[in-house]
Amino acid sequence: MPQVSMTVNGKPASGEAEGRTLLSQFLRETLGLTGTHVGCDTSQCGACVVHVDGKAVKACTMFALEAEGADVATIEGQAAPDGTLNPIQQAFQDHHGLQCGFCTPGMVMSAAALLKENPKPSEAEIRDYLEGNLCRCTGYHNIVKAIMAASGQDVGALAAE
Amino acid sequence: MPKDHGIGASSKRREDVRFLTGDGNYTDDINVHGQAYVHFLRSDVAHGRLTSVDTSEAGKMPGVVRIFTGADFEGVGGLPCGWCVTDRHGEPMQEPGHPVLAQGKVRHVGDPIAAVVADTPEQARDAAEAIIADIEEFPAVVDMKAALKEGAPKVHDDLSSNLCYDWGFVEENREAVDKAIQEAAHVTTLELVNQRLVANPMEPRVAIGEYSRARDEHTLYTTSQNPHVIRLLMGAFVLGIPEHKLRVVAPDVGGGFGSKIFHYAEEAFCTFAAKAVNRPVKWTSSRSEAFMTDAHGRDHVTKIELALDADNNFTALRTDTHANMGAYLSTFAPSVPTWLHGTLMAGNYRTPLIYVNVKAVFTNTVPVDAYRGAGRPEATYQLERVIDKAARELGVDPIALRRQNFVTEFPYATPVAVEYDTGDYNATMDKLEEIADLKGFAARRKESEARGRLRGLGVNCYIEACGIAPSNLVGQLGARAGLYESATVRVNATGGLVVMTGSHSHGQGHETSFAQVVADMIGIDENMVDIVHGDTANTPMGMGTYGSRSIAVGGSAMVRATEKIIAKAKKIAAHLLEASDADIELKDGAFTVAGTDKSVAWGDVTLAAYVPHNYPLEDIEPGLEETAFYDPANFTYPAGAYACEVELDPETGKVTVERFAAADDFGNIINPMIVDGQVHGGIGQGIGQALLESCAYDENGQLLSASYMDYAMPRADDVPFYSVDHSCSTPCTHNPLGVKGCGEAGAIGSPPAVVNAVIDAMQSGGHKVDHIDMPVSPSRVWTAMNG
Repeated sequence: MPQVSMTVNGKPASGEAEGRTLLSQFLRETLGLTGTHVGCDTSQCGACVVHVDGKAVKACTMFALEAEGADVATIEGQAAPDGTLNPIQQAFQDHHGLQCGFCTPGMVMSAAALLKENPKPSEAEIRDYLEGNLCRCTGYHNIVKAIMAASGQDVGALAAE
Repeated sequence: MPKDHGIGASSKRREDVRFLTGDGNYTDDINVHGQAYVHFLRSDVAHGRLTSVDTSEAGKMPGVVRIFTGADFEGVGGLPCGWCVTDRHGEPMQEPGHPVLAQGKVRHVGDPIAAVVADTPEQARDAAEAIIADIEEFPAVVDMKAALKEGAPKVHDDLSSNLCYDWGFVEENREAVDKAIQEAAHVTTLELVNQRLVANPMEPRVAIGEYSRARDEHTLYTTSQNPHVIRLLMGAFVLGIPEHKLRVVAPDVGGGFGSKIFHYAEEAFCTFAAKAVNRPVKWTSSRSEAFMTDAHGRDHVTKIELALDADNNFTALRTDTHANMGAYLSTFAPSVPTWLHGTLMAGNYRTPLIYVNVKAVFTNTVPVDAYRGAGRPEATYQLERVIDKAARELGVDPIALRRQNFVTEFPYATPVAVEYDTGDYNATMDKLEEIADLKGFAARRKESEARGRLRGLGVNCYIEACGIAPSNLVGQLGARAGLYESATVRVNATGGLVVMTGSHSHGQGHETSFAQVVADMIGIDENMVDIVHGDTANTPMGMGTYGSRSIAVGGSAMVRATEKIIAKAKKIAAHLLEASDADIELKDGAFTVAGTDKSVAWGDVTLAAYVPHNYPLEDIEPGLEETAFYDPANFTYPAGAYACEVELDPETGKVTVERFAAADDFGNIINPMIVDGQVHGGIGQGIGQALLESCAYDENGQLLSASYMDYAMPRADDVPFYSVDHSCSTPCTHNPLGVKGCGEAGAIGSPPAVVNAVIDAMQSGGHKVDHIDMPVSPSRVWTAMNG
């Protein structure tokens, strides 16, 4: 079986992968990084979003072998080494942007990519960007709110709760 | 001022940290040393006879450990049904067998034919493709009414027909209802479909079976909302494993919405196979497989008639529903269209005479069972739609018509068996009118019209029966289980507590909200309380989480156990303080002799319980651990009023939800932030049902919507921000917390609001449309307006 090497969350990582092994599967099964979740088989749900060379990618849309030499970031690398949540993670907790937690890693990784491109997105821009991330628990309300808050916008004036 | 801790505080969820850092422990994250993997070969036809299953080539493929077929399960029990409905004539429902792997026939697309256990998932899948299953295909029955026709193909050859039961409720009222409808000043009739949905928790199901030959012990890791129920059903009815030899673990579970209540074939298979091959066996569902195997929801076809007198008072209600059971009876399927549906037909209104007829039908489709709301959304939808139609026919304001008919005095005994303990439906309607800014609607409509769009407003009420359920009552109604809940509170020597609950959290945040309750009762920091759930090895027998029951039933059990703890701790404190235990007060984590400044801290008492040097050993045992089981006296009755505003593009028929408001009465609230989130999520699913979602079959029983490419899940840009309020509170009268439950309200209350709004929008454009079925797709809207 071919060997593949990449950088994951700043550290070198390598392992064997079949030609058909997806990046999502490689991260979960070979590297044990089970924070990247698999919620569908048609690249629709977005639970497996990671960053590859700085861009948000659904890890189920790439073969592991295609990530040779790439710089991959996953949910496990988002908090500080002492465990402090990053501002997006913290905003998700503060604004109850997650319930069952299954879509959450993908949501956080997508949100991070969005805020890199667009530091102060509007509500409509956030909803549009999250088109590829499904959540069944939250009705999206608090996810959108958390991302607005993480970008430093005042969310106190949103629809009354 | 909002509270910052304890009951009523929006405490941040402690479980979030692990979910936000990738440190959750979902079932698919678990790998057991030496595990093999199973892949199921599933039927690709809806109905047929299995003439042969040839595994000879597949069995020789690399990595294959063993291939199982139906023959391997001939001496094994089938999947049991947990509820027996008695029909109109006093006869039990028809109850077909449900084998773990198909025997003789396949009955729906996805029915498992064979299972390959192999060293890797890829090897198992490759070998499954090499199995040759010969199926003599039969015509499929998909449409419920066609399935009941004379001569229709039978899903189960050993049953007399495809009718599971013909249920009448309340049967004694049948003639009186007919008469009242005949004599009414006005009768409004509506025929509608509550379409088949798929629950679609984002985590697909997973099962891992493990067996220790040395100990003769089984472990099942599974994505379940109720591990004890799975242990009981699978152990007692399928595999014959006594409960002390079977541990069921449901760790972090990624959403359920009902679909993870039920006992599924894959759980039994992995448990059985782990012993047969003497290796752990793991199954992870793909999403396509989930569409073919997770129990579906809803799928009712209904005719409803509402009778009114000359003053517009509701006088009678008659409904006639066909409810799809699918090919087999899922665990609680028979209860959904009957006791969870018929008993709610009074809604928020004083309708003196009600008759509900339900025909449950077998078809060659995936089994249908409870999905968020389960029977109550179906009741609410038909009732709130027919009331809007009646208001239109009578030329009266739909809100005024509702208010005129509200139940206003409590307790209120409905004509459909249940008794509402509290409520204030005018208060929630008043609150809705305020938060939805109904006064501003006319101006918003004008503004939409100026842009060439139609704008509609839909308002409705809902009531639900939650806190499921009094065991003696449901026993009389056919339940084969009790529906109490349990909790063990273990206090450690240094004062920290662990609460082991039979409830299960799969997104609801029990680890936070349950801890708030116990901490509040004792007056200590929430972080001193840990909540443990999801493992039969370390929690007392419990019935799990569904039917918005966790805080009302599980929370009540926890309160009872904590009360026992406090009572015992007071005795210890009295001894330490040399006072009478009747004089001891517990406040802010300290025990005080009433009227004095003599006091002892919580931690001193807990330490004394485990280091009983100075201790009333003659009166009480050392230690501080108590268990309580709580069986509710009644259901709880959350209720509320919802408003939806839609904008409709007459050029395309596209509907967008512009505003959504919900005013709910959940009784007392433990964590308002979590409650808001539950309502948001329910509304999101309700908007999904109203506008987008549909599980579709073709006439041959082929499942057309078996992936997210074909099944339209609501996305972030399909929904607005919601305005939700639960300040109207009439606390439940019969549980210690005064709580009612909030998990399903949003999904129950929202679909009629959306559809009523769409009809209002079409009417405002001069289109005399008074019905449209869900999902209200652009093509349906355009056709309704232009067809």
